[in-house]
Amino acid sequence: MLRYLLQRAIAFIPTLIGVSILIFGAIRAVPGDAITAMLGTEAGMLTETQRASLEAYFGIDKPPVEQYFNWIGGVVRGDLGLSMRFGQPVLDVILSRYPVTLQLAFMAMVIALVIGIPLGILSAVRHNSIFDLLGRLLALLGLAMPTFLLGTLIIFVLSVYFRILPNSGDFVSFAEDPLRNLSQMIFPAFTLGFAFSAAVMRTTRSAMLEVMGQDYIQTARSKGLLERMVIRRHALRNALIPLVTIIGVEMGYLLGGTVIIEEIFSLPGIGRLVFNAISQRDYALVQGIALFVAFNFVLINLLADLVYSAIDPRISYANKA
Amino acid sequence: MRKILLACLIAILALTFGTVSAQEAGNVLIMARAADATGLDPHTQTAFASFRLLELIYEPLVNLDADLNVVPALAESWEFSDDAMTVTLHLREGVTFHNGAEFTAEDVVASFERILDEATAAAARANYLSIETMDTPDDYTVVFNLSAPDVPLLAALATTNAAIVDSADIESGDVATVANGTGPFKLDNWTPDQTTMLTANADWWGDGPFVDGIEVRIIPDETSILAALRAGTIDFALLNDPLVATLLIDDPTVVLNRTEAINYHVLQLRSVVAPLDQLEVRQAISCAIDRQEVLDTASLGEGTVTGPLTMAAFALPVDELECYTKDLDRARELMAEAGMEDGFTLNVIAATGEPPTAVSEAQSIQAQLAEINITVEIETMELNVYVDRWLAGDFDAAIALNGGRPDPYTMYARYWQSTGNLNVVAGYSDATLDQLMSQGREETDPEARYEIFAEFQRHLAEQAPWVWLYVGYNYSAQQPYVTGFVPTPTSSLLSLAQVTLDR
Repeated sequence: MLRYLLQRAIAFIPTLIGVSILIFGAIRAVPGDAITAMLGTEAGMLTETQRASLEAYFGIDKPPVEQYFNWIGGVVRGDLGLSMRFGQPVLDVILSRYPVTLQLAFMAMVIALVIGIPLGILSAVRHNSIFDLLGRLLALLGLAMPTFLLGTLIIFVLSVYFRILPNSGDFVSFAEDPLRNLSQMIFPAFTLGFAFSAAVMRTTRSAMLEVMGQDYIQTARSKGLLERMVIRRHALRNALIPLVTIIGVEMGYLLGGTVIIEEIFSLPGIGRLVFNAISQRDYALVQGIALFVAFNFVLINLLADLVYSAIDPRISYANKA
Repeated sequence: MRKILLACLIAILALTFGTVSAQEAGNVLIMARAADATGLDPHTQTAFASFRLLELIYEPLVNLDADLNVVPALAESWEFSDDAMTVTLHLREGVTFHNGAEFTAEDVVASFERILDEATAAAARANYLSIETMDTPDDYTVVFNLSAPDVPLLAALATTNAAIVDSADIESGDVATVANGTGPFKLDNWTPDQTTMLTANADWWGDGPFVDGIEVRIIPDETSILAALRAGTIDFALLNDPLVATLLIDDPTVVLNRTEAINYHVLQLRSVVAPLDQLEVRQAISCAIDRQEVLDTASLGEGTVTGPLTMAAFALPVDELECYTKDLDRARELMAEAGMEDGFTLNVIAATGEPPTAVSEAQSIQAQLAEINITVEIETMELNVYVDRWLAGDFDAAIALNGGRPDPYTMYARYWQSTGNLNVVAGYSDATLDQLMSQGREETDPEARYEIFAEFQRHLAEQAPWVWLYVGYNYSAQQPYVTGFVPTPTSSLLSLAQVTLDR
């Protein structure tokens, strides 16, 4: 087991190096730099000397290869560089925003599972019934409705009809004020969770349908088990594998931040951070976030693999060399 | 199931206790806007979003009032010598910086030395190049000795880019971080892209502030700002998008402020590119575009059709300008004279969302120019990409929202002087423009200056290097209990110092 983990950890390294080169090149390949981002068209009023002095200030006066090795050298030592915009170490900036994204992802996932799994089971068990029809309709709605539309609708209804807006740019963390924090997070989490619940519902439904047709379900029923037990112990457990896969992938995405939801609900998460960092050409910050998110992604995938073996003991990593 | 119920209960509880309305915030003005300042150094910032914060903290020598007249700020009075070669400024006494240091002539000299130093990379430096030397006869008098007559210099001083900073901060190299100004508000705390806390400067020389402070919140989505206004969770907001702002026109619970801006929407043509190098083609384009229609379709009519100059003191009525009435017959004739009756393809670049109306403006122009066989190809791109191509002059035509200035010379020297930094971008120059510009710089008599710039406008409209479209509105919105705010054409927030809250 430990050996397996170690192997996976080593396999991370080329992935992360690849990501670092890709993002380093990509952000520099787009036209414009920190100077045009800061000054806009006024950058045209700069003299040569002024421009050179700004390039030195932003650290973009050296050849790209040298910049890359300077940066990656720092990364190895745990130093992701300095964000130009914030004037703070990149890692500090990321870690100050990460809890918001983490909480949002977690809450959205819980909501998605709470809505999606029961509906999926119901749909499968009462196949082709009115429940199935309604469940599938809801799933279609969740898949078809863009989050920015649902989010805007929620905000519209809250502000116009109820005259409340839990978060008007005054976000508080859970540690500061748990109740207010929850009231600020519940709507964005629901918006995200509702969209994802559709995928959860459909996956659960099709996996359940497949499992319910298996012989061992017949066996379980024929030995006189209650239907509830059949579903819970035999069907659901075996239907969970594909669900864990999509949860893993979705969680990876969510932890990279959700730009649109964070913009609409004014949440200071990773999504808004990276969006602003790109438009301001804050190279160090963009690179740092990309690495951080990539690292998250591989970690979540590893976690999902471990969960597989917990759900299905036949999947075991202990013996694989 | 019980857990779900519990979760719902918590959510409901949270909602009941969780919302704090602006009404409970005491005497602190809660303000929202979509974009945050990008830095704290008043000399190097050029983003509008940065000015809206820094102008509350820092002060220049002079300011502009709501009619764009130059009014005293840190300088109480000033005079030009008769030959316009020296300016003497008499400074306000008893002013202190936020750190307690006294404001003197030494700070003025140090600030301008910093702005003029190329290593600072101050963007407005080009406006002050005529300052050759500075004298300080006493602690409260500064004399600028100029290398050439420069009447527009005075109005050019009225910007946060020429703010006076503490000479001690310049020496220690801390200007970009300390936010130590003389303005009505002190910076307490700045969390970029989230909140900024300002507290009232009780020692400010002016009248006010009457609030204890300002809490600036960044709400990136303007429709969410609108929602916050309606929900009563914020007191005051800045809005950019006319499509969002106009939703408030009939809202009885929120007050919408609209003032005409001096920034102008324009279709920039580059006369160095064929076939735009032919005067007839440019004139045909100018005659074929109904500017009011562009304004109506792109911006719901929120604004006014404009000529080259947008400040009330200099702007000519647009009916005195060539081609300001749509004339398709004449446009077609002009196209035929240029041998272009079969038309051509014109590539127009536009930045997405900057301004929010850019793409709609391009589309309206596209539809209108199709009538004289010009096929407009619209190329939309992210702002930074756009800026890059714009600065390189790498385009045939561009939709732009360019900044206006209170003085026509400062506004256009960069574009329409053949030596101007952005003349390559403008893509056109001629001897008449050069001559009018240098006359406008030296002339001290207001009436003579008006005539010079009237001629300047007529000449530009006739040569049609660009097609000026319209000026939009600056929008801000507030709760009815917020009083005393005076919106200005430059969208300055300085009058927040005079705002009172009567919740």
